[in-house]
Amino acid sequence: MATKLPKTDAVIIGVGWAGGIIASELTKEGLKVVGIERGNDRKTEDYFMMHDELRYAQRHGMMQDLSKETVTFRNNEGMRALPMRRYGSFLLGDGVGGAGVHWNGQNFRFLPYDFELRSQTIEKYGEDKIPEDMTIQDWGITYDEIEPYYDQYEKMAGISGEDNPLGGHRSNPFPTPPMKKTVNMKLFEEAAKKLGLNPYVQPSANLSEDYTNPDGISRVACQYCGFCERFGCEYGAKADPIVTVLPVAKETGNFELRPHSYVTRILHDGNGKATGVLYTDLNTGEEFEQPADIVVLTSYVFNNVRLLLLSELGKVYNPADGTGSIGKNYAYQIRKGKATGFFDDKKFNMFAGAGGLGILVDDYNGDNFDHTDLDFIHGGMIIHQQTGQRPIANNPVPSGTPSWGQEFKDASIKYTNSTLTVSGEGASMAFKDHYLDLDPTYKDSFGDPLIRLTYDFKEQDRKLAKYLAQRCEEILVEMGADHVDTMQELEPYDVAVYQSTHNTGGVIMGADPETSAVNSYLQMWDVENLFVVGASAFPQNAGYNPTGTVGALSYRAAEGIVEYLKNGGGLVQGKKEKQSV
Amino acid sequence: MSTNDQKSLDAIDSSRRKFLKNSGIAAGGIAVGGALGSLLGINGNGEPAAPASTTPTSNPTENHNQALMYFTPEQFAITDAATERIFPEDDNGPGAKELLIAYYIDHQLAGGWGTGATEYTSGPFFPGEPTQGYQGRLNRQQIFTIGLKGIQDYSQKTYQKNFPQLTAEEQDAVLTEFADGNVTLSGPTSSHFFSELRAATLEGAYADPLYGGNAGMAGWEMKNFPGHQMSYLNIIEEEFTEIKPQALNSQHNH
Ligand SMILES: Cc1cc2nc3c(=O)[nH]c(=O)nc-3n(C[C@H](O)[C@H](O)[C@H](O)COP(=O)(O)OP(=O)(O)OC[C@H]3O[C@@H](n4cnc5c(N)ncnc54)[C@H](O)[C@@H]3O)c2cc1C
Ligand code: SF4
Repeated sequence: MATKLPKTDAVIIGVGWAGGIIASELTKEGLKVVGIERGNDRKTEDYFMMHDELRYAQRHGMMQDLSKETVTFRNNEGMRALPMRRYGSFLLGDGVGGAGVHWNGQNFRFLPYDFELRSQTIEKYGEDKIPEDMTIQDWGITYDEIEPYYDQYEKMAGISGEDNPLGGHRSNPFPTPPMKKTVNMKLFEEAAKKLGLNPYVQPSANLSEDYTNPDGISRVACQYCGFCERFGCEYGAKADPIVTVLPVAKETGNFELRPHSYVTRILHDGNGKATGVLYTDLNTGEEFEQPADIVVLTSYVFNNVRLLLLSELGKVYNPADGTGSIGKNYAYQIRKGKATGFFDDKKFNMFAGAGGLGILVDDYNGDNFDHTDLDFIHGGMIIHQQTGQRPIANNPVPSGTPSWGQEFKDASIKYTNSTLTVSGEGASMAFKDHYLDLDPTYKDSFGDPLIRLTYDFKEQDRKLAKYLAQRCEEILVEMGADHVDTMQELEPYDVAVYQSTHNTGGVIMGADPETSAVNSYLQMWDVENLFVVGASAFPQNAGYNPTGTVGALSYRAAEGIVEYLKNGGGLVQGKKEKQSV
Repeated sequence: MSTNDQKSLDAIDSSRRKFLKNSGIAAGGIAVGGALGSLLGINGNGEPAAPASTTPTSNPTENHNQALMYFTPEQFAITDAATERIFPEDDNGPGAKELLIAYYIDHQLAGGWGTGATEYTSGPFFPGEPTQGYQGRLNRQQIFTIGLKGIQDYSQKTYQKNFPQLTAEEQDAVLTEFADGNVTLSGPTSSHFFSELRAATLEGAYADPLYGGNAGMAGWEMKNFPGHQMSYLNIIEEEFTEIKPQALNSQHNH
């Protein structure tokens, strides 16, 4: 029997970026919030031994323990889904701060086009431009409507950057100036300009200078230490929930954090109201019920979907007829369209860098280029990054070099600081048969079904990746590389190869309750006091990293929760849209 | 960098050189002790193996990390020889033996990585498609045990010698067969075993020396990788800069 605890105003499931932002915003408003997090608590001082590639980058020291819970995967419905037994394609956050602790800090706003992808594509190119099985949707929110929340999030995190010449309007300049430009970044900049493109320094959550945010939190500048993505920042320079929003929540006295506590169910009354959550203290094995007026589900894409399905909330997506919404429109990131340039007599400080350090162009992103004669829609950014090339993972050799032995050793050492990569970060469209549901066979350590992922690359992705790869090659040739290896064909999606932790969809937002699960405040259409926050809300993914947009949506959801507690009811009137599948 | 840090760096460096000299490793000898070395130095055909170095027992800088946690001595000898072919000594600098990579692998196999502690290991097991990642029921301890025996058996069958006693060319030929997946093992494919061995070799060359490989940070030195540094603020906008590597013990002990 679960021990029933006293009721709280709001309970948050998972304390990463989304959970952290919501905790700080609600507690500032005087609401009592309980944050339940399956992993342990953390503090910056714990990162003293951080510069350890083996422990954190290779062995995933900060990530979810897959022995207890993983994802099953198949490329299509005809295949048997099997568990992701080891890490590969994406890495899952665990512990207070979530993946926000070990992210890079590449921090973007999506393009205005992204939010109205379906209607703008049809408007410009006609219905026929969208293949029949492509289930892309508008977000139910426009760029201008989300802009103030981007602004709020960026000020909290202290995002460093300069204007994107091809991006949406900004109500305010970046809180801090752009990161430093390295020699090779300048090389990219000159080459891009020569090609008539519009380079700009990547917006970054690694602070370019000391910064104090509107909550009064002060942090120091990034040291370009090169141990950033997959690592925690021992300086607190990288914006993460532990050094930004969580101290603010704690300071109010209204926040109670419960680490090592695993939520197994969202409880509800059967009449469209959530009543709280059921969780297990992982240290003692004790089970608790935490009643609450508001339940906020912020446990990342996979568990956001899984907990809804396990708790029997919302309508399960049915890929056969496109009805239902929970699990619908899983999308990813098309990151393989890229080129690698080898320089015979130039060396760069590739061992140094920061997670968010880079320079890019958006000339081939969104609808910034004409697609009339192209057989795909959208595109992606093209970026040259300098994140710190650590030696175990980075052994670049030109194609044709053996993969072991003296020749390999010689080439990998020669090119280790003489290889520059330019890569496409392609947008990922939603398709009818790409979705998440409960696996019929494999279970987690509680005996509950794992989430099952059905996903593959489509013709759209192959075309897009190839197109971006060719653009990458042009830039590298202009940069003076002696030898360029370019991706030729996009292979099927392989869950064993790291690509990005940019999983999206499953609990998507929209204007129509028939085709979406949550409204533009991320309030569930079917359950008014349940907010599902994260990249799970993206109807499809853009040609950028997701977290800037997750942050903006979290601020908007927090505003919606406060509004709901005052006035009750649905925050948005649902409307029937023509775009239903 | 403070002068203090510089001093401790120099101290580490000189003890490192002493260590390499005393252990005979710099000269490329097999790193097994005298008594054991003679015991193991006999291969299946009764021929002596390459001479083992005799390490003075009272050496104050001896490396107590050079002992086995998981491997049998035979498994260690095969790993030591095979990793040296994957990452051989050359003009760039030391190879696997001198970097103590086989010790690194031994130590890793003994822990959670060897047993797959943080991997999903529940059944049912199915072969799966190539896009579904590793689906075997074996952990790395088992894969290495089977794979290393496979190397020895294949060498015996083909050359009537143990793998460590083969010439470099013969060893390369054996490893190529494994890498190409041409050898049948009971359980893993030979190419999967080889890819595990190759990945572990690179880890042993470049992981922080605290794990027992990358001896004296010589792996990092070859690659111009500075290891653990607190800041690159001063050089981030500069042309390529060589920086003396530093390991995590510099952080822990200061
Ligand atoms: C290596 C890496 C690099 C990245 N780099 C970038 C980047 O440069 N730019 C970018 O935009 N994005 C990046 N990302 C993605 C970014 O980290 C995520 O978008 C972001 O952290 C998502 O925030 P979230 O709060 O939705 O989820 P998370 O940060 O994942 O937080 C979810 C939390 O919920 C907890 N949880 C899950 N299930 C339960 C349960 N049942 N009970 C209790 N708690 C639970 C988890 O333990 C976790 O702490 C990166 C990710 C990784 C792994
Ligand atoms: S690169 Fe900068 S932000 Fe990243 S961990 Fe190092 S100091 Fe922190």
